Amino acid sequence: MMISGAEIVIRCLQEEKVDCVFGYPGGSVLHIYDALFKQDQIKHVLVRHEQAAVHAADAFSRSSQKVGVALVTSGPGVTNTVTGIATAYMDSIPMVVLTGQVPSFYIGQDAFQECDTVGITRPCVKHNFLVKDVKDLALTIKKAFHIAATGRPGPVVVDIPKDITAQMCEFEYPKSIQMRSYNPVVKGHLGQIKKAVQILKEAKRPIIYAGGGAILSDAADKLTQLAHKLKFPVTNTLMGLGSYPATDKQFVGMLGMHGTFEANNAMHYSDVILAVGARFDDRVIGNPEHFGEEKRRVIHIDIDPSSISKRVKVDVPIVGNVADVIDELLKLIGSDFKTDPDVDNWWKQIDEWRSRDSLRYKQGEHIMPQFVMEKLYEVTRGDAFITSDVGQHQMFAAQYYKFDKPRRWINSGGLGTMGVGLPYGMGVLMANPDAQVACVTGEGSIQMCIQELSTCKQYGFPIKIINLNNGMLGMVRQWQEMFYSKRYSQSYVTSLPDFVKLAEAYGHVGMKIERPEDVEPALRKAFTEHKNDLVFMDFIIDPVANVFPMVAAGKGLTEMILAEDL
Amino acid sequence: MRHIISILIENESGALSRVAGLFSARGYNIETLTVAPTEDPSLSRMTILTWGSDEVLEQITKQLNKLIDVVKVVDLSEAAHVERELMLIKVRATGKDREEMKRMADIFRGRIIDVTESTYVIELTGAGSKLDSFIAALDAGLILETVRTGVCGIGRGDRILKV
Ligand SMILES: Cc1ncc(C[n+]2csc(CCOP(=O)(O)OP(=O)(O)O)c2C)c(N)n1
Repeated sequence: MMISGAEIVIRCLQEEKVDCVFGYPGGSVLHIYDALFKQDQIKHVLVRHEQAAVHAADAFSRSSQKVGVALVTSGPGVTNTVTGIATAYMDSIPMVVLTGQVPSFYIGQDAFQECDTVGITRPCVKHNFLVKDVKDLALTIKKAFHIAATGRPGPVVVDIPKDITAQMCEFEYPKSIQMRSYNPVVKGHLGQIKKAVQILKEAKRPIIYAGGGAILSDAADKLTQLAHKLKFPVTNTLMGLGSYPATDKQFVGMLGMHGTFEANNAMHYSDVILAVGARFDDRVIGNPEHFGEEKRRVIHIDIDPSSISKRVKVDVPIVGNVADVIDELLKLIGSDFKTDPDVDNWWKQIDEWRSRDSLRYKQGEHIMPQFVMEKLYEVTRGDAFITSDVGQHQMFAAQYYKFDKPRRWINSGGLGTMGVGLPYGMGVLMANPDAQVACVTGEGSIQMCIQELSTCKQYGFPIKIINLNNGMLGMVRQWQEMFYSKRYSQSYVTSLPDFVKLAEAYGHVGMKIERPEDVEPALRKAFTEHKNDLVFMDFIIDPVANVFPMVAAGKGLTEMILAEDL
Repeated sequence: MRHIISILIENESGALSRVAGLFSARGYNIETLTVAPTEDPSLSRMTILTWGSDEVLEQITKQLNKLIDVVKVVDLSEAAHVERELMLIKVRATGKDREEMKRMADIFRGRIIDVTESTYVIELTGAGSKLDSFIAALDAGLILETVRTGVCGIGRGDRILKV
């Protein structure tokens, strides 16, 4: 039977078991929206800005391991998605973005709402396609999902001219797909894995360093098993939080620019690093020359060969899917792994570093942001999905909310995109409708996608917005305080809205919390009495609280600035 | 270090911009780049002359391999290979220079492929350095125009790049 290109798009999504699409209509996608209207298998979430559609699709994927899907119109619809696509790209999130394009016979003529979608998005996608023939449509969408989800995942854009969505064609969805130019490795090289086991046996000051790759490949359980067998300390990157239980005693905390004293020291002074789906980026190891001063052996498991030996020389590269490689490691190690006796001394050293208690802070007359995070952790019993924006609040959430499960910590690590928090909450709730979701944000970030409060009303997303309101672009202010002799150039936000009234104007519940003793009761109220409401919680916090420890940009990992009284 | 990278890539529209974009985005050098379809019209072969340390070259090949349209990548300069570049050069050829130009072309085994009363177009093939020497050997004032294809190369003997 012949069906239209628009119907083919919908049928493809159904074949891919897509149950939800985030989008915004416009001229070039009207046929597709019409086809969407005529079915009820796929839900559509109408956002208020295309950037939010992509962020939501991204979080849908982060919190569920499915491929998120966004649908937008040509021209401004597309340009509005670029931040969202780049954000997903930097964190390797599998996503398919369907974009309308002007009719193919208008392309290149500066038609109304025309833009070079493939050109604009090329540097921030895993791959992109312009569909030129309706006969290629189904295969292209199949390829898009395949490419997005396999290998090192990433966003894929499919640009579909309007005339193609009107043309009629036989529909057949390809069962499988073969691409001579794309065959990602899955299994690691056995010889390399054997070498790794030998090095792990000899390790005297070992550390397991796990990043976002461990979460993307759903390897958290296996990683935990492995670490327990090896009895090695484990640190997580910002993106890796939740890949190893934060309440486990082998966990030494997050490392990097705002990592714990023990994690950064253990990483630096280790003699063997087992890197698992992590990429030694600048926010993690600081200055690579300083990092290279200590001699150590590095085993690196990653699906992307280009992540290996990019910034730090690796002794045993293992290219493969993290979960598969850990499986092999577990098999080879068996039940009789003998941890080197010197590792006991290493633990003593680590405990000494731990005793510095580098995350200590003082709760005074102002509400401290750290305190809010600890209470949030208690009230949600550590079982919420925490989405975050970008800034100090993000670091406080990462440091003080102890993630025991993967896919619970949803934030923009690589691109550091302010504004993701609220749309991320929407995506999480579409994938996990019964979850408790808190969006930890600042008064700067929340205003970057504030319009989504309207979407949240329409679909009843009961997100708890934890606005750590310091009246400042706090992270910027912190750098200016520390590195620009307190010249606070443009980091103070005046004329903030009354967030309580704002929330109410959108039909939500607003709360303003100004005293430390009100923090916990307010949170309890929000999560019980207002379980089903979106609650905008405006916490007026210490305006000058800083995030510590801190490794200044370009400094070595052990050159940490600690809170003053430590 | 100088390297010649050969790439087999799907002959899709936009494939060239993916490669060129990768080089500019990551700050790699492109000294020359040539591309044309192969005997299998669904595949293009690209040759890039670039400079970089071993680490940079490792990244270049890994990043190229990551491009979805790229089928194969080799660093030709890692082993025995031959390389050639073609140049067309238009020179003033009047009076005593006319005879001199002909002589120079012969010495460098160039061919004169277009002749007017006052100009020659000389075709010269060889390694890039040979083309450079030819230009250096001419009186700069007599050179009207040059165009070069950039380097292309192929492995010697059994070194074959094919899918
Ligand atoms: C889109 C975007 N623009 C600018 C920045 C740079 N930036 C990083 S943190 C920050 C301040 C964030 O302020 P706020 O959201 O109030 O959070 P706080 O640091 O105060 O917790 C800025 C401007 C960014 N990360 N993203």
